[in-house]
Amino acid sequence: MTQALFQPGARLSTKKPPRTPGTWRERAADPMFNVIAVGILLVGIIAIIYPLYFIVIASVSEPNEILNGNVWLWPRGFTLEGYQRIFSEASIMRGFANSVLYTVVGTAISVATILGAGYALSRKDLFGRTFFTFLFILTMFIDGGLIARYLVVRELGMLDTIWAVVLPGAVGVWNLIIARSFFEGNIPDELREAAQLDGANDFRFFFRIALPLSKPLIFLMIMIHLVANWNAFFDALIFLNDENKYPLQLVLRNVLIQSTVTDAGGAGALDSYAAAQRLGELIKYGMIVISTIPLLIVLPFMQKHFTQGALLGAVKS
Amino acid sequence: MYGAQIAFRNYNPALGFTGSPWVGLDHFVRFVQSFQFGRLLENTLTINALGLLIAFPIPIVLALIVNQLSSPRFKKFTQTVLYAPNFISVVVVVGMIFLLFSPRAGVVNNVIALFGGEPVFFMGDPDWFRPLYIGSDIWQNAGFSMIVYLAALTAIDPSLHEAARVDGANKWQRIWHIDIPGIMPVITILFILAIGNLFNLGFEKVLLMQTDLNLPTSEVIQTYVYKAGLQQAQFSYSAAIGLFNSAINLVLLTTFNWVAKRAGQSTLW
Repeated sequence: MTQALFQPGARLSTKKPPRTPGTWRERAADPMFNVIAVGILLVGIIAIIYPLYFIVIASVSEPNEILNGNVWLWPRGFTLEGYQRIFSEASIMRGFANSVLYTVVGTAISVATILGAGYALSRKDLFGRTFFTFLFILTMFIDGGLIARYLVVRELGMLDTIWAVVLPGAVGVWNLIIARSFFEGNIPDELREAAQLDGANDFRFFFRIALPLSKPLIFLMIMIHLVANWNAFFDALIFLNDENKYPLQLVLRNVLIQSTVTDAGGAGALDSYAAAQRLGELIKYGMIVISTIPLLIVLPFMQKHFTQGALLGAVKS
Repeated sequence: MYGAQIAFRNYNPALGFTGSPWVGLDHFVRFVQSFQFGRLLENTLTINALGLLIAFPIPIVLALIVNQLSSPRFKKFTQTVLYAPNFISVVVVVGMIFLLFSPRAGVVNNVIALFGGEPVFFMGDPDWFRPLYIGSDIWQNAGFSMIVYLAALTAIDPSLHEAARVDGANKWQRIWHIDIPGIMPVITILFILAIGNLFNLGFEKVLLMQTDLNLPTSEVIQTYVYKAGLQQAQFSYSAAIGLFNSAINLVLLTTFNWVAKRAGQSTLW
């Protein structure tokens, strides 16, 4: 019934929707909605921004001021000691370098294999296509478990090497499915047939035609893996024993979380316990800032690609 | 997968996967009869079921609200802020909890002190583990989960809204009669998927949030697998527990898929 009553363009002529007749309660419904809606969103926004903002101002404040509850909106007793200490700490800098290495290598391996495998699975003339797809999807639901994974990595002799961190989780099935659907939807068979008539073999077609047409997909995959690799810590926790190979997230865990229990604050070299504690707090706030804030600042510029990715995945499910 | 067979054997590294003696279901029986079993199962179930019940509706509500915003600028800003925490690593989020909720210098306890309350040792109190875990999960993930629902909402034919408006329906009524039925299939599918992962979610975060003091509520099946298996090297026993966990997941997933199918909703397969 509502469909029949609606005439295209009818609302365009009037500036406001027709005034709702009826009681005061009925007329107040929409303004009330707006107030509640904006109220909920503002609470959410503040709940997200304030903790992050607090971490930033706490990282440059005198720790005693935080202790006494004087730091709320602005830094008190401005100091850069925490940052000086962080940048002179060898283990943190090494963790940083390791993380950069693992992230670059891991992302390169993941993106290369996912694009290759995704493209192959998208080709309808692939031998055993259904079988291979089934094999991949099976691993989404059945999984050997943590212990089996650990033992396999150990048997392969990869413990304490970079490969233990970058290889086991390299191909996420979910991302593989996204890649496959993208190729299926955007690289038509006719295109390949035309290229073959012109003398292009499969490799040439993949590198010269299919990939250049898939830039949004490539960009999305690179972004997903950069973030995931940078933030990963668990594989490093179970597969790496050598502290010199720890990525930043593991160093962070030891400083931020493990040390809270004992309150040593990751500044053991300092002479007095009180001073160590004081600096320890500063270091913790500062480390959260340097490991996280750069990512959050570039985020708005990449938002479009991430939402597209979320949608690609959602549409398929 | 290949390595999963050790759950049915007494794994001995010298003999290898296939050479170790076959013991059948011994490890499973031992686990079910062990004294931790009840507590582990209860903790795992409670934290995940509570988390699902509380956290699942929030992204839906957010999406319904954001979808109604008329200013595109405010809409974009809200979206960006709400889903930003998704990109912060679990380690940092847990680190932030430890810092902000610290009994000595945490900002939360400063607020409590401001109102004349006694400081609370949040991370050392078993009663606070679940609220903190679920709350921080919502803080980190609700905005990102919202995107899928928002996408589903934009797919709803705008002429439905126009028509309802002409008929005098207000925003509450349009959300109730147009938006929610419109995204119901997406809600159902995501709910089934969430149920299937009921025993899987956030194990890394639980492990990070554990302290010796909150273990009574924070020890779950998977953290137990990690400790028994990798720290105490009881490979076969803990692999069996892990497999037990996956089996429950699979059963839950298929059961709820079947329920949804019977209810005439869209399903996974």
